Amino acid sequence: MKPAKFDYYRPYSVPEAIEVLSSHPDSKVLAGGQSLIPLMNMRLATPAALVDISRIEGLSGIDTNGGLRLGATTRQSDVLGNAVIQQRWPLITSAVVHVGHPATRARGTFGGSIAHADPAAELSAVMLVLDASFGVQGPAGSRSVSAEGFFLGHYTTELAEDELLVEIKIPDISGWYWGFGEIVRRHGDYALAGVAASLRADEAGLVTDARIALFAVAHRPVRSSAAEARLVGTRLGDPAAADEAGRVALDGVEVADDSFVSATYRREAAASVVKRVVREAATNSRSGTDGQ
Amino acid sequence: MDSRLGSVAVEIIVNGEKRAAVAEPRMLLSDFLRHGLGLTGTHVGCEQGVCGACTVLIDGQPARSCLTFAVQVEGAQVETVEGMAKAGELSDIQQAYRSAHGLQCGFCTPGFLASTQALLQENPDPTDEQIREYLSGNVCRCTGYQGIVAAVRSAADARKASSHGS
Ligand code: FES
Ligand code: FES
Repeated sequence: MKPAKFDYYRPYSVPEAIEVLSSHPDSKVLAGGQSLIPLMNMRLATPAALVDISRIEGLSGIDTNGGLRLGATTRQSDVLGNAVIQQRWPLITSAVVHVGHPATRARGTFGGSIAHADPAAELSAVMLVLDASFGVQGPAGSRSVSAEGFFLGHYTTELAEDELLVEIKIPDISGWYWGFGEIVRRHGDYALAGVAASLRADEAGLVTDARIALFAVAHRPVRSSAAEARLVGTRLGDPAAADEAGRVALDGVEVADDSFVSATYRREAAASVVKRVVREAATNSRSGTDGQ
Repeated sequence: MDSRLGSVAVEIIVNGEKRAAVAEPRMLLSDFLRHGLGLTGTHVGCEQGVCGACTVLIDGQPARSCLTFAVQVEGAQVETVEGMAKAGELSDIQQAYRSAHGLQCGFCTPGFLASTQALLQENPDPTDEQIREYLSGNVCRCTGYQGIVAAVRSAADARKASSHGS
C-alpha cells in the first residue's frame, strides 16, 4: 500500500525542528524511516506532517572520549562498523548485528530505534543495562532522561510531541561483563524474546552488580529485578546461579501474547535465554575478545 | 528550513545523471524510479521492507527504496540495476549471477545485485557465511540461494584473480 498524504519539512537546526514540531500538532519525526515508513505504507501511521531531521548538522556522530556519546541520527551501520565501540562497548556491537539487515541499518538511526520504542527493539534493552541517558530538547530547553525512565510502553516514551531526542550517553564500562542473546525465527526479524545483561564482580569473583533487561517480552523493555537479586553475591559464571536467575527472571513481569507466540512460550523462551546469556557473560569482559 | 507541500519537482542523481520528476512527499523512492523516471528495473515485492527486491544504492550504501521517500534523498546519488551494465556489457557481478545460476525468474535479482555490490565493496573476500548473513535481507523464491551464494563467491574470486594478475 501507499502512505497517506503528508507535508514534508526539512529543518537544518534543532530549534527549527522543535519549532515545526510544536506548530504542527499531528507531526512525526522522520530520521532513517526504517520503522516509521513501513507503518505508513500499511497506513498504521498517517501523520499530517513529517519533520526530516536527517540533515541537521551535528545531530549525528560518535564520540568515544571517556564515555560514549552518540548523536541521535548516527546510522546503525556506522555504530556497527566503529572499531572503538567494538572494542570498548562490544555489547552494543553484538546487539546492532541483530537489528534488521545491512540495507535497513545503512539508513536506520540509533536514536530512531530508541525513540520508536518498539518493545522488541534490541537497542532499548541494551540502553537499560548500560545505564544510558538520553539528551532531549524541546521548546522549554534541554533535559536528560535516564533509560530507566524513558520507555513507558508500546511505542511510547517520555518524549513529548514537540521534543526531540538529540543524543545518547553511555558510561564507560571497563570491568563489566556482558551478554546478549535472543530467540528469533530468522536473523534480522523481530525477536520473540531477548535478553541483554551486564555484570560486575569483585576480586574474589563474586557478582556485585547485575543488570538484566528483557526485550520482546513485555510491552516495553524491562529490567528483571528478581533475576538481578538472585545473581548478586553469587560466583560469576556459576551455572546454578544462572539457572536460578532464569527461573525467576519473569517473576512480576507481565508477558504479552501476540500472533506469533503465546505468553507461555515467551516466558519459557525468555527464561532460557537469561540462563544462557548470564553464563556467557562470565566469559565476556569489556575487551570483547571472548565468546563473540 | 525546506518544506515540500503538495506536488513538487524532485531532483536526484540516478546512475550518475541528474534526473527530475514531479512527486508528492509521500512518493516512495521505488515509485519515483519506476513511475517518475520509467526505470522499472527496481522491483517492488512487499512494499513494507521485508523482501529486499527494491534494494538500490544510496550514496553507495544499500537501501530499501520502498522504505525511503524520494524527497528524503533529493540531491543524493542513487544507483539502480540500470546503471550496472556498461555499454551493453554486463557488470562482473551480473555476469557471475548469470553463469552461476544466481537467478531464475529474476524478480529478486536487482535487489540482490545491489546488495552484492555493497557487500563486495565492504568486504572483497567474504566467507559463505558472511555472504548469507549480508544477503539475509533479500528474499528469493526460486533459486534456493545456493546459486546466489555461488555467484557472489565467483564474482569475489574473479576480482581477486584479476587484481593479482595486474
Ligand atoms: S519491496 Fe521493498 S523490501 Fe519488499
Ligand atoms: S529468481 Fe525468482 S525470486 Fe529470485
